[in-house]
This record gives sequence, structure tokens and C-alpha cells, in this order.
Amino acid sequence: MNTDIKTFKAAELNTDFEVRSQNAICVNSSQLDKPLLSNLKFTFAGILFGIILIKSEVISWFRIQEMFRLQSFHMFGVIGSAIVVGIISVFIIKKFKIRSIDGEPIHLEPKKFNKGQVYGGLLFGFGWALTGACPGPLFAQIGTGATVIIVTLFSAIIGTWVYGYLREKLPH
Amino acid sequence: MNFIEWIKQPWPWYVAGPLIGLTVPVLLILGNKSFGVSSSLRHVCAACVPMNIPFFKYDWKKEIWNLFFVGGILLGGIIAAFLLLNPDPVVIDPKLASELAGYGVTNTEGLVPKDLFNWESLLSIKGLILMVGGGFLVGFGTRYAGGCTSGHAIMGISNLQLPSLIATCCFMIGGFFFANIVLPLILKL
Repeated sequence: MNTDIKTFKAAELNTDFEVRSQNAICVNSSQLDKPLLSNLKFTFAGILFGIILIKSEVISWFRIQEMFRLQSFHMFGVIGSAIVVGIISVFIIKKFKIRSIDGEPIHLEPKKFNKGQVYGGLLFGFGWALTGACPGPLFAQIGTGATVIIVTLFSAIIGTWVYGYLREKLPH
Repeated sequence: MNFIEWIKQPWPWYVAGPLIGLTVPVLLILGNKSFGVSSSLRHVCAACVPMNIPFFKYDWKKEIWNLFFVGGILLGGIIAAFLLLNPDPVVIDPKLASELAGYGVTNTEGLVPKDLFNWESLLSIKGLILMVGGGFLVGFGTRYAGGCTSGHAIMGISNLQLPSLIATCCFMIGGFFFANIVLPLILKL
């Protein structure tokens, strides 16, 4: 009886992870149940990330237009060097089997190709050119006092919801 | 030049890029989390209006770290804007400046063009397309693609995922097409 409940719970957990990792790169792979406030360390990481986004001007609508018009190297340099550092970091983490500060083995979920990456990618590209912002910068722009971007963020949430609503009818 | 003056200047790409790249190992080591931002929008949907849609039926509390993270980005924006603001005007490419001036966009101060993105222009067709339409495409497109610049271009490619490289190429193709062909038509409105 007890084992039955355990298996049932495990199955429930697994399907939950499956749903959570649908159309998402950034899933929480941790199996630990940590207190809510332990998440404040991610707020701190977010603060640093937000400051970098602003100080490097990558949240600037003008910088994004320069990038798409090949008028400046800045954005390509930022994204390119971020990727290089990311690749080296992930390589080191895998090579030396580095664990998280909680002692968990670090797990990266591999991704399968589907047509959504092409169709969705193009649609996001359109939106990126219009708003000059991807989701991270939207939050940072609001922080800088551009309050009207709250409307853009709200619209992005609606866009996400509509995708979820139409998901089964869309080609993948 | 003291430290505060130095930090107030815009940071060059070779400083900012590697720091953004370091977000990847920082989040993995802090708690086994893969870097990404756009999923936070999905968690908001799952928390507020799941409406029995299978895509939103999951335990969003397990992903709450992502909401703490984007909350931090917002706070970081506030801190950078009020304490570390660059006092000099933002330098933009003269070709872009003259092109934008042709559409009446002359105020190049700040990071978001005030001539295009403001509360009054929300009532115009141009403003609606840029802010509401653009936002919708960002939210719909990133979720359909399964990630944004953070998740696919940085996290996914760092983990050598081919789907992420394909998605990133599509972001760029879509952006090049819209910025050069479609945006000028919208700005003429």
C-alpha cells in the first residue's frame, strides 16, 4: 500500500516535469524541496543580470535596430562572447561533474527539434524587431521607468496564453 | 576616474557579454536551474489563468525560482537607472539616426525611444502595433519556439543543442526581415 502511494507520487512528479519542460529550456531540474525564501538568491542573480543588461545597453531599442541593420558590432559581440563563455562553462561543469551548492549533480535537459523552433523563432524575431526587446529586457526596461512597457509585457503574457490555448492545433 | 564614474559608463561588449555568459554556470551551480526568461510568462499564465489548458496544467510553484529571477531583473533595472545611469547621451549610428529622423523619431535619449513608446501613442495604430502587437509576437513566438534569446541563444547553444541554434538563426532571420522591410512601413504610419 505504502509503495503504491510512492509509485503513484513518483509518476505524478514525472508527468509534471514532462509538462513543465514542454517548450522550455529553463526547467528547474532540482529534485529538492527548498523553502520559498531560498529563491531570493535567484533574485540577487537577476539583479546583477538586469544591471548588466542596462549597462551594456542591450535593452536599448536603438542597439537592436543597429544589430538588425548591421550598423554596429556591439550586440553580436555581446551575444557571441556570452555564448563562448557559456559553452566553456557548461563544458567544465560536465567534464568535472561539478555539483550544485546543494550537492545535487547538475542536469541539463537535451532538446528535440520541432517545427515550432522555426515558426515560433521567426515570429519572435518579428516581435524583437518591433519592441527592441526580448523577454529579459522587457523586465529591465520597466525597471528603468519606461512604464508603458508594462503594456508590452502584458501583451507578451497574453501571447503566451494564446499559444498554450492553440498549441494542439499548431504545426510542431 | 573613480570606480563609480567608471561603472557609470556604458560597458563594452567584451565586458558585458562574458558576464551574461557567466549567468549560465551561476544558475546551474546555485540550484540546478537552466538559464531562461520567457518561461516566466508561462508560469504567470499557469498561476493566474490556467483555464484547464493542458500546457498550463503543471505545478508552477516548482518553477517559482524563475519568477524570483525576473523580479530581480526588474530591480536591477531600477538600480541601474537610478544609481548607475550614464550621464552622457547614448551614441547611436548616424545612419540609423538619420533614418529614424525621417520618421519623426528624433529623441534618441534613453534606451527606449520616447517618440514611439509612450502612453499617449498607445492610442495610435503605430503605437498599438509596436507595443501591443510586438509584445504579443514576443510572447507567442518565444513559447512556440520553446525559448528566447536567453534560453535558446545562450543556454541552449552553450549546451550545444542543435534545435537552439536553429531557433536562434530563425530569431535573427525574422528580426532582419522585420527591421529592414516591415518596420519602416509601420514607422511611416
